[in-house]
Amino acid sequence: MVIGYAGLLSVTHAAFYGIGAYTTAIFLTKSNIGFFSSLILGIAIAVVISLLIGIILSKFKGDYYALGTFGFNAIIFAIFLNWQNMTRGSLGIPGISRPELFDIDFENNLNFLILAVILLILIYFSSRFVINSSFGRVLKAIREDETAIAVFGYNTLYFKLLIFIISAAMAAVAGSLYASYITFIDPSSFQLTESMFILTIIILGGLANLRGSILGALFLILLPEILRFVGFPSDIEAQMRQMVYGIVLIILMLYRPQGFIGEYKL
Amino acid sequence: MKIIETKNVVKRFNGVHAVDQLSIGIEKGLISGIIGPNGSGKTTLVNLLSGILQMDSGVIIIDGKKNKRLLPHHISSFGITRTFQNIRLFEQMTVLDNILVVITDRNVFKSLFEKYSTHRHTIAEEILKKVGLWEKRDQLAVNLSYGQRKLLEIGRTLATKAEVYLFDEPFAGLFPEMRKIVSNILLELQKKNKTVRWTPLSRQL
Repeated sequence: MVIGYAGLLSVTHAAFYGIGAYTTAIFLTKSNIGFFSSLILGIAIAVVISLLIGIILSKFKGDYYALGTFGFNAIIFAIFLNWQNMTRGSLGIPGISRPELFDIDFENNLNFLILAVILLILIYFSSRFVINSSFGRVLKAIREDETAIAVFGYNTLYFKLLIFIISAAMAAVAGSLYASYITFIDPSSFQLTESMFILTIIILGGLANLRGSILGALFLILLPEILRFVGFPSDIEAQMRQMVYGIVLIILMLYRPQGFIGEYKL
Repeated sequence: MKIIETKNVVKRFNGVHAVDQLSIGIEKGLISGIIGPNGSGKTTLVNLLSGILQMDSGVIIIDGKKNKRLLPHHISSFGITRTFQNIRLFEQMTVLDNILVVITDRNVFKSLFEKYSTHRHTIAEEILKKVGLWEKRDQLAVNLSYGQRKLLEIGRTLATKAEVYLFDEPFAGLFPEMRKIVSNILLELQKKNKTVRWTPLSRQL
């Protein structure tokens, strides 16, 4: 929504993804509140931080916006790495528990998948609600010509801020799920490269198309699994993954700038 | 009665005095024009009046209210709207959305909970029919011809129900038939007691 609809090239969402993950990790290991409470807390913290950051970012346009988000991701990464007594720095946080709800066994990966899909459906429909509203139309106008839409009485700062907060909250949900699923997190999962990965998903799937983002995620998550069959040694395989993402992005920019099913060209 | 007045407005670009100590008044309910050669500062004046550029000094008085600093999103609440000399449409949006987007709720939260409304759709339909673009409503604005783009931009201002219309070169590059449509729109606005200010290179209304 931030990139495809509002046209704001954000490379900071790994930071909010990380905030969600760390909130869940810290609360599940240090206190006995449940996964779902930690999920809500993660969203709340992401909302507060995105509000503060968004106020500054929303004054920027175009390339400057991208650079601002770039810087912010680096800052949050440094905090994850250096706030030792909270995040244990590069040692990471192990032993994060799986969710507990009624008698459902979330240690079972299938049950966890169902939970993730339910949350995905919720996120998908809330996104659809946002983009189908008048608010969504104004976002597109901001993408096309921010000054022109401002002249018609819209204070674009608020629109850019709100969509940034909404998207940060959604990224935090993903982070909480990730932490609980993997049961171990460390700062390396929330670097700028992760934001680039998210960006690649969005552009590959299709800008300004919600189904495109899901398609892009499926494709790019499954792609390395296919590479696995090619039989590269495991240390090369990890590097190959980064290379493939890079190449995919370059080919897209050259031949299909709107992605698979996108409705907007960068 | 003057609806907009400027007092000693100055705008410089690195030493070029684009607008120098300008004091003018725009009468309510009239069609008036600013004439001048290229580079004489007509567009700069429109940009100052619509808050896109900030003046270096001076005052703009709108409806009796003095403003030392105007921001783009303020001017519509003063009942002012404008077009752009270089046509600034929302390119990768449909023709219909280009109109709808300027008549929805300005409040960020209200707009989030505002859905499709037939009332607004009727307004958009009426305007698109007036500028002859109703058949093209589902096309992207980027695919329209030059003249159609110009008409859509004028249509977009009509949708706002503003009191003051600042048109920057509304006739430039238009075929005679299209020119006629635009003249009729301007005259119709005057009949409704609206104020129109346009910046032509020559007079031809």
